[in-house]
Amino acid sequence: MTSDDRDDWHRVARVDEIPDDEGKAVRVGDRAIALFRVEGAFYATDDICTHEYASLAEGFVEGDVVECPLHAGAFHIPTGKALTPPVTVDIKTYPVRVEGDDIYVLVV
Amino acid sequence: MATPETFVVVGGGQAAGRAVEAMRGAGFEGRIVLVGAETFPPYERPPLSKRLLIDDAAPIEGCTLFEPAFYERERIELRLGVAAVAIDPAARRLRLADGATLAYDKLLIATGARVRRLDLPGADLDGVLYLRAIPDALALRRRLRPDTRVGVIGGGFIGLEVAAAARARGARVTILEVADRVLQRGVGAEIAAFVAGLHRARGVEIHTGVTVSGLAGEGGRVASITCENGLRVAADVVLVGVGVRPNDDLAAAAGLAVDNGVVVDAHGRTSDARIFAAGDVTNHPSPHLGRRVRLESWANAQDQAIAAARTMAGVPTEHAKLPWFWSDQYDVNLQIAGLPEHWDATITRGDPGNGAFIVFYLVENAVVGAAAINRPRDLRLARKLIESGRSVDAAVLADETVPLKTIAAG
Repeated sequence: MTSDDRDDWHRVARVDEIPDDEGKAVRVGDRAIALFRVEGAFYATDDICTHEYASLAEGFVEGDVVECPLHAGAFHIPTGKALTPPVTVDIKTYPVRVEGDDIYVLVV
Repeated sequence: MATPETFVVVGGGQAAGRAVEAMRGAGFEGRIVLVGAETFPPYERPPLSKRLLIDDAAPIEGCTLFEPAFYERERIELRLGVAAVAIDPAARRLRLADGATLAYDKLLIATGARVRRLDLPGADLDGVLYLRAIPDALALRRRLRPDTRVGVIGGGFIGLEVAAAARARGARVTILEVADRVLQRGVGAEIAAFVAGLHRARGVEIHTGVTVSGLAGEGGRVASITCENGLRVAADVVLVGVGVRPNDDLAAAAGLAVDNGVVVDAHGRTSDARIFAAGDVTNHPSPHLGRRVRLESWANAQDQAIAAARTMAGVPTEHAKLPWFWSDQYDVNLQIAGLPEHWDATITRGDPGNGAFIVFYLVENAVVGAAAINRPRDLRLARKLIESGRSVDAAVLADETVPLKTIAAG
């Protein structure tokens, strides 16, 4: 637990809902977030690609990289960094915490 | 210290923009000048027949590749709204339409393509429009109002995407296609049938196997399209989407090898060691297809430009990617991988009736191409299968209980 207000942590999914090779889209308020599992660790990023309107949760995950399903722009999941054209703008990442089987995301 | 080199890029589309980005990315520190005949900084064309056309509020800036600050930060000089008119390869100079000349150490031709124009009676009537650049999209958008009657000549990607956008704006659409089906050049019959059905279900009238013979007007404005078989279609607006030609005149006049596009090698080199070319304007080798091709494609423009730019910057890079195309119409995403000229079998995975399926094209049990409707992840895996060249079991490929990921992993 960090010093952040407990109310800002949102329970968004169970760990068994996140497949290994693709993400899961969840919503926190009006924010669309994608959850990913990379080598057993969980990550949360913005779900919508910074290039065109597409859900990265429906993208193609290889290692710690997710490739957008529409135009193949790639992002580094842990940092949200835009890796290959056509994407040039990074996606936001969110802190993730697992308690038991539940995944929590910090959205302030 | 040696004088820094100058790279000049001619063009203002996806290829030109990705090239200047990649030159800096590969560590080129010299001068970069981008010369564009259009007044906009490099932009992507796909939104022109989709978002920009559908939504009155869609900003032009949504199409541009980079923010203005990018050019400043990366020290890229933009010379926009001025065409390049001649290359002098011996003097290594590029002459511009405003009389200026630019000296280059290396030159990249990324001049793209221009629309094929109709050569028919009435083709110059007001309301006969084409779609290639931002002003074309804005002009067309202004005319697409509820109940506007839109005649689309050509059932290729542009014609179909414009039809979808026009329907979204409440216009009435009739497509006239000379071949016996839509997307004759791009996809197999199953996908074409699905796409035609999609449009018909949305109220688009499609006539195939018809040859347009002329356009008739009233008071200088287009009013109808006439076909050789006597069919006459009333139209307030006519959109012509009958293909493009490469803008290879500049290269040809400079004595470079040109054959349906500027002839380049896998690195984007032309027949002149200091001149490169990338994008729609090139005739280039495709290792996957085993032949030379000229591709009119966003992905090719991007990837070939990156390879050529890196090579220019001293990091030799081959463009060897599998051809890949996509289109968005209504709520349907169509993706195509490979461009096989022939196949001996097709396998369909999924049910076209459910609006999501993929068709594989096989030669001797190896997947050589694929086209997917609303199945981008499967198409991504299909690209892997094609690239691997591996033999697959056709029955397994069609079996939805076996994950495609498993099949693609071998």
